Parts: sequence; structure tokens; C-alpha cells
Amino acid sequence: MSRDQNSIFAGADRLIIITYVILVILGWLNIYAAVYDEDHQNIFDTSQKYGKQLIWISGAVIIAISILLIDANFYTAFAYGFYGIVLFINIMVLFLGKEVKGSKSWFRFGDIGIQPAEFMKFAVNLALAKFLSNTNIVVSQQFRLRLNDLIKNYKNTVYALVFMIVPALLIMKFQKETGLAIVFVAFIIVLYREGMSVNFLIFGLLAATLFVVTLVVTQIATLLIALAIIAGAAVLFIKRSRKNLIILALIFVCSAGVVLATNYVYNHLEPHQKDRIDILLQKKVDPKGKGYNVRQSKIAIGSGGFLGKGYLQGTQTKYDFVPEQDTDFIFCTVGEEWGFVGSTIVIFLELFLILRIIFLAERQRSDFSRIYGYGVAAVLFFHVAVNIGMTIGLMPVIGIPLPFFSYGGSSLWAFTILLFIFVKLDANRLLILR
Amino acid sequence: MSNPQLGDRKFIIGGFFCLVILIYICRLFYIQIIDEQYKDEAINNALRKRTEYPVRGYIFDRKGRLLVQNEPSYDLMIIPKETKGCDTMALCEVLQITKQEYLKRYKKAIQAPNSPRKESIFEKQMSAPVYAALQEKMYRFKGFFVQKRTVRKYPRPIAAHLLGYVGEVTKEKAEKDPYYREGDYIGITGIEKSYEEALRGVKGVQIAITDVHNKMVGRYMEGKYDTLAIPGKPLYCSIDIDLQEYGEKLLKGKKGACVAIEPSTGEILAIISSPSYDPNLLVGGKERARNFTKLYYDSLNLPLFNRALTAMYPPGSIFKLIGALIAQDDGLINRNTVYPCAMGYPPMGGKPKCHAHGGGKNLPGSVAASCNSYYSYVFREIVDQKKYPKFKDGYNHWRDQVKTFGPGTRLGTDLPYDKPGNVPSTDYYDKVFGKNGWRSNTVVSLGIGQAELLLVPLQMANVVATIANRGYYYTPHCIKGVGNEKYLDPKFKVKHYVGVQKPEAYQNVIDGMQGALEPGGTAFTNRIKDIVVCGKTGTAQNPHGDDHAVFLAFAPRENPKIAIACIVENAGFGNTWSAPIVTLMIEKYLKGKTDRPEVEKRMMEANLIDKKNPVAEKHR
Repeated sequence: MSRDQNSIFAGADRLIIITYVILVILGWLNIYAAVYDEDHQNIFDTSQKYGKQLIWISGAVIIAISILLIDANFYTAFAYGFYGIVLFINIMVLFLGKEVKGSKSWFRFGDIGIQPAEFMKFAVNLALAKFLSNTNIVVSQQFRLRLNDLIKNYKNTVYALVFMIVPALLIMKFQKETGLAIVFVAFIIVLYREGMSVNFLIFGLLAATLFVVTLVVTQIATLLIALAIIAGAAVLFIKRSRKNLIILALIFVCSAGVVLATNYVYNHLEPHQKDRIDILLQKKVDPKGKGYNVRQSKIAIGSGGFLGKGYLQGTQTKYDFVPEQDTDFIFCTVGEEWGFVGSTIVIFLELFLILRIIFLAERQRSDFSRIYGYGVAAVLFFHVAVNIGMTIGLMPVIGIPLPFFSYGGSSLWAFTILLFIFVKLDANRLLILR
Repeated sequence: MSNPQLGDRKFIIGGFFCLVILIYICRLFYIQIIDEQYKDEAINNALRKRTEYPVRGYIFDRKGRLLVQNEPSYDLMIIPKETKGCDTMALCEVLQITKQEYLKRYKKAIQAPNSPRKESIFEKQMSAPVYAALQEKMYRFKGFFVQKRTVRKYPRPIAAHLLGYVGEVTKEKAEKDPYYREGDYIGITGIEKSYEEALRGVKGVQIAITDVHNKMVGRYMEGKYDTLAIPGKPLYCSIDIDLQEYGEKLLKGKKGACVAIEPSTGEILAIISSPSYDPNLLVGGKERARNFTKLYYDSLNLPLFNRALTAMYPPGSIFKLIGALIAQDDGLINRNTVYPCAMGYPPMGGKPKCHAHGGGKNLPGSVAASCNSYYSYVFREIVDQKKYPKFKDGYNHWRDQVKTFGPGTRLGTDLPYDKPGNVPSTDYYDKVFGKNGWRSNTVVSLGIGQAELLLVPLQMANVVATIANRGYYYTPHCIKGVGNEKYLDPKFKVKHYVGVQKPEAYQNVIDGMQGALEPGGTAFTNRIKDIVVCGKTGTAQNPHGDDHAVFLAFAPRENPKIAIACIVENAGFGNTWSAPIVTLMIEKYLKGKTDRPEVEKRMMEANLIDKKNPVAEKHR
């Protein structure tokens, strides 16, 4: 990096910045295609969404430059401060916000809307990095049975989880933005990287499997009996030491708990959320009903073929068959007009960005920067996986945007802040040892 | 500090990310390149289907005279996306709507289930002057076009209940039945409903593929799936227009019904329910709705109520015919059986009451004079006969026999919504009087067609048609045939034999019916020159006010051409009001005109609904 030391780009990773710029521009062109109609052909027309997105992009550029101008120490030192402020704003929105479709999560300034929940991501990431980089803290990686040890070893993991769970609950329960709240699950990846016990993941995976099985089977009694039978069989086959039996009992109780909790949660979901789950699990088939979005989305992408129908030539896009096509379902436009080649390129660009961030994170000297970097990678990956997965029918419909691609100022700005703080941290990696 | 033990985890994380993305790429490869289904569906989505509506089938009467025809109607359609540059103000002026109304309809057209890119109805069934004015300026109304359909037209304003009407299909029906889309027409009552599938024809469809600019780029599969509209089949109705019209005139100003059947085929010659309405009132868009509301809320006359099929009346004395037939069939009475009459039924102290008809009568005489006492005896003979030691078995025997004539079950005619009437069951009386609380004398008035006995006018006509046929009937139907091949459902060609088959039983009863129109008979004043009419009067007591006047008859006696039943509500004696109508209709049908113009005039002018009418007063 033999660049002018005075430039704001000094030490900034050019590959990340170039990928970012390409994604943002591609996103803008696809938003134009998604909302294009013959009456408004001017791509700079600010009464249309693509015109507005250009304004958001300009704002994002200013934000990115500002972040690079500020001393990197500021983010480290002020990490908890950011967390507190953004959390506070997220509480304020409940009182001052505007209600849109039943959820109160938007600040409105005339024509412009800001959704503070988007900004919670980088704030949680900063706080988590700060907490975990404290040298006194070691996230446990041992599994011991004694209750005393259990608490001691897992305590820090639980503390770390609290950083995510508080805003997640706030956003889900009070702002009613389930999609934005689920994103915090991504930070599990960071905890894993920092030494969280694999048992957490195994338990998590087991719980997730039971969760899905419960939803598919629905007969709770049968399921519980099956679990009991499995546990009984296990008793016959394992060494019947006291320790093993306690572990087994514990696993059985937890599994039963998951089954009952799942059943409870499912029965208390909003009807539309229930439908989404049922449709994904193919318990319900209704091409004209709730599954409409996904069906139309698959039709749009599937009809793209190998090379796509060409820019602005997508009939599915034009006839507004897919709802929310400029935001959550923007990938349909890519799939239809650019085909398999275009879709793959976009996915690879996102993947490249994520892997590049991991690569850079690993070369950090400071724990803070590494942990923060992993947080960025995890959040971006979660968005990409869920968003694209939902358009091709592999994930339930959860309303979260495709990073740098979807229409919307809040998400673009939030991702820009998230990414560029890391770029700045990375640029300074050689100067300071944190 | 970074824990060196954890260094491997970066590979696990990175590997996991790559694995997920790889799965996604495979999925994309599958749906975009391997699976063709989505490409077909995308074409389907981009197809523009234009419907061509078939002409609804014409309806003719039994002699091939036009009963129902069509006239063109024009709907104004809108494709909101294409209305740029439309002269909105001029359009509002032509349609005589405000700008707010225009915007309201426009909004409706762009919202689900409509779409800005799809056509939807903007103005339904424009009147001819509006259409003419619109056509002149059509070039200024971009995004609008006129869709031609047809609506019904009735050259003669008759047979409204029989024909029924056509209206917009309900949302539920449109969702269930793939043939219909919202806004389509469907037969709602009458033969428009029962023969909907034949009358509606088959919609044609033209499928075009559109590009991103909504321009047609070609026909889908070179027009392989395009179809032409197939017009609805013509319907040959069994109604005689002249007779129907004549009957409606006679029943005007009265509440009641009249049904005439050709006994040898079961074809309905006329079916009248009065008060009626002009069927032309129930066509067209806005007017239809307004007129329908008006008719619907006319609670005094209930013009939409089809009395011929759905009004259940106590049959009164006409029911004695069935009693006489059953008792003869059981061998309980014969032509010479005589029962005493003392102005009533003696065993029960003169109840039910009877009128002065001069002495004990034999069987034909009792029919002609309509003796209540005679048929009280007859009813109890049947129920209490030795063959059935338990009287309830005797009652059930009587009930089963009665039901073979039609009452108590829906006849299964081709007109929708007919009612079954009622022949009370033993369970019913057990409930009312207690299990041991009743005997044949408790319910003796069933023998003279009263008590809980109820028939609809169509069933009354069927009973007289059965007697005219001496023991069988064809299910009454109002269709000679569907389509040019004149297809008739085979179920209407089946002879239904009733429980009484002894020829002499019919002979005796018919002798009595003939006697009713001879000196000493109850309907003597309504005899017709040259034609032997066999009839039976009825004066049905009912809980709603004055007695209903009932009369049924068939003619001529040999090879009967017409069997007919008539009921006039709350009018009094059957001979005063119903018998003239029936005999006039017989004359009309058999001779083409009446020899009794003064009777015709009196019947046509009488208004029994408005009781202040002096003509009505005089004849009560």
C-alpha cells in the first residue's frame, strides 16, 4: 500500500471498496429496472425510487468518507457509547415514530424515512467487539458437568448474548420488525470464532432440528413419546455411569422443552407468520394465496434462463407480478434479466466481499478489529443467505434487504457504516496495537 | 488475545459460507436452466386473454314462437395503464359522472383483484344514447374500449316466474366454478337457472403474448389454444304463449297460481303465479338493481314469490278425489256406496260440516256434490280397515298411497326451488297429540283436504293430470327439448304409476267430476258448450283469512289434452273464482276463444287484492 499517507484512502482495502462500489451501482441499475415504466424513463428523476436511491447513494458516499476521516481510536473508545445512543434512538422511535403497516419503526421527515433498527447492527457489533476484546474475558470452550463450572464457563457467552438479545427483543416485540430482529442470530458466528463452546452450536443445531420436526409433525404427544423412547434406548446402550445418566436426562428435558416451546410459539404466531412457515414446509399449497410472492419470485428467476432476457426486458418484472420487487425481492430482477450468469456474478460479488472481510479480519493485530470484522462478515452473510434463499424458495419469507442492492436509504447507510468502520480499522492496523 | 487453538475455526466459517453459496448456485442452476416449468409459467403470466362472450340461447314456446331473445349491450372497459392522454373531462361528460366518481372507479380498476395492466369494467351496460355519444368520441378516450355482450329481451312481458332472470354471478360461485369470472352473467332463477349450462354457450378466448411494453407480439402457440365463442343452445319450452298470456290476464288483480299440464306428456302448458311482473324490468345494469329492489320490497304483493312452485296451500275438497280412489282400490267402497250426511259428519256431531246438497249420495254423486260427510267416512274406512289391526298402520297405508300421487315430496321438475308440500307423518301426530292421544277421528279432516295437508299448485295440477291419465303421470316439466336436436332428459319420459290402478275406480271418480259441471254439481255454472270437462271444486280453509278458491279439471273426458289446477287466495268458493279461470283457459286452449265473453270480462276486471273494488264485492 504505497500510497500517499495523507490521503483518506491511505491503507484502505481497495478490493473491498471496489466491490462495494460495483454492488451499489448494480443495485441502482436493477432498482431502475424493477420500477421502470415507459412514462418515467429518466434515471435521475427524483420522484421515482431510482432517483431517490441516487440521493441515498450520494449520502452513503459522504458517510463513507467521513468514517475514513475520523480517527480509528474513536470507534474503539466510544463503542459502548454508540451502542447506548442507537439503542436509545430505537426506543424513541416507539414514541415519535410513524406507524407503517402495523409496525412503528420509522422516523419520517417529509418524504424521507429512516429506520433506526437497521443501525442497531453496527452498534451491537461495536459493543460486542469491545466486550469480547477485553483481555480478561475468555469465552469458554470446555464442557464440564459440574454446575459450578457450567456457570463460570458459560457466563461470558451468556453476557455476550445479552448484547444481542436486548435490541432483538426490542425490535421484534415493540417495533414489530421480525426480520430485522432475527439478523442478530448472525453474531453466533462471531462468538463461535472467539471460542464459544461447540456444545452451544450442537445444542443449537439439535434445537433447530427439533424445532422443524415439531412444526412438521405437529402431534406433540407423539413427538414426546418418541423422544422418551429414544432416551430409553440410549440408556440401554451407553455406559450407565451417573454422569452419563444425568447428561442424558438433561438432554431429554431440554429436547422436550424445545418441543413444547416451539409448539407454544407457533400457536402464538401472527397468522401471516404461520402461513409463511407452513408454505416453506409445504404443509400448505396455495399458489394464489400467501405463497404467491415466492411462487412469482421463482417464476421470475426461473424464466431468466442462462443469459437472462436482457436489461429492462423482463416481462415478470414489468407486469408487477412480484411484490416488493425493488426492496426484498430485488434479486428477481437480476435473475430474470441477467439470467444464471448475472445471478451467479452478484452472489459471487457478495461472497467475495464477505470472504475478503474474513481474510482481513484474520490479519488484524487487535482483537477488537478482528472481532468487529467477523461481525461485519456474519451480518452480511446472514442477509445474503436469507434474502436470496427466500427468493428461490429455500428460506421462509423474512423481510430483510440484500446488502448494498435493495432499495432503501436506511439499509444502504447502515451497511455502509458497518463496512466502512471495518475498512478504517483495517487501514490503521499497522499503526496501533489495541 | 487471539487464541491460537481457534485458528482453524476461520476455515470452518469460511467453508460454511462457501457451502451455502454453492447450494444456492446449484438451486439457481436447477430452476433457471434445468426446470422448464418456470419459463412456461412466465409466459402464462405475460399472456393476455381476451374473452369473447357467446350469445345466450333463445327460448321458444311449444309452437316455436319467440319467448326470450337477446339485445346487444355495451360495457365500457378500462386498462388503467394505457389511459395516458385520455380526455377525462369529455368522458365524464358523456357518462354523466363527476370527476370524483371517475377517480373512484379508476382506483378500483388498479387495485386488486384488478390490475393497472388488465382490463376491467368501468361502466356496465350503457344505454343506447350513451353508447352512441361515446362511440363518436372513442378516439379521445385512450385506454378505454367497448366490450359487446348481450342482455335478455322479452317480446311479450309474460312468464316472468317461469323464465326467471339472469344476473351477475356471485363472488362465491365465481371462485368455485372455473367457467365464471366476476362480472359474468348467470341464470339466477327459473329455466334460466335450470338450463344455464345449455343456454350460456361456451366463451371464446383469444390468447396473445405481450412484451414488456404491453404490446401484442404474437398469438400464443400460433393460436392453437384460441377458441371461438359457441352460442348458447336454443330452448324449446313446452309453454303455449297464448295460453300463458291469457292466464296471466285472468289472474291479474288476484293472488294465486294456475298450472296447466298436458297429461299425455307431462309438459307444462302454462304456469302462472300472480301477482307477477314484467321480466323486462330485470335486465340491464342500474335499472335492474333499482327494479329488483322495488319488487323485492313489495311486501303486500310479493311479486318475486313464485306461488306455483313454492306456495303450499291446503288442497281442500279436491283432495276427496284421492280418497275416493284409494278406498275403491282397497275394496272398501264401490260406485253404489252411500253414506249419510246431516249437514255434516254424523258420528262426530256434524263435524266436519257439510252444505245442503240433497240426500245421501252414491260415489259419483258425492264427488259432484263434494260431500264432506262422505269423505270423512271414506278416510276412516281406509285408516281403520280390518287389514290393519293397528290404526297407525292403516294411516301409514293411506299416507303412502297419497304420496304416490305426488304430495309430500318434491316432484323433481326442471324448475328450481319447488317445495314438497306436506302429508303429516304418524311421528308428527304422536308429537302433537301424544303417542296414544289420537285416532282416525282426530285427524278426520285430512279426508277433506284440510288439517296439516299442504300442496303446491304444481302438485295439484299433477294430481288432476294423473286422474286424466287413469293412473300414471310424467314428471311435469316445462321443456320440449334443448338445442336443435330437442334433447329431453330421459327422466321426463318415465311413466310414474300411482298406487291406484283399478280402471273402474277412475271411471267412477271421473263420472263424478263430469257431474260437477252438470246440473246439481258444484261447478254447474261454469259448464262449457261442446266440451266435456271433468272438474272438482275446492274451498280451502286456511289460517290466513278467507277461504282459498280451488278448482281443478281436465278436458276433454276422452283423450284429455289439458289438465289444469287453479288457486285464488282468500277469494271464497272454488266455483266463483277458480272454476271460471280454469274453464276459460280450457276453452282458450281447445277452441282458441271463449263462448262466454261476459265471464271473461268479469274475471279480467276483478281485483281481489284491493278489496274496495265493487266488482269483487258483488261476487263474494
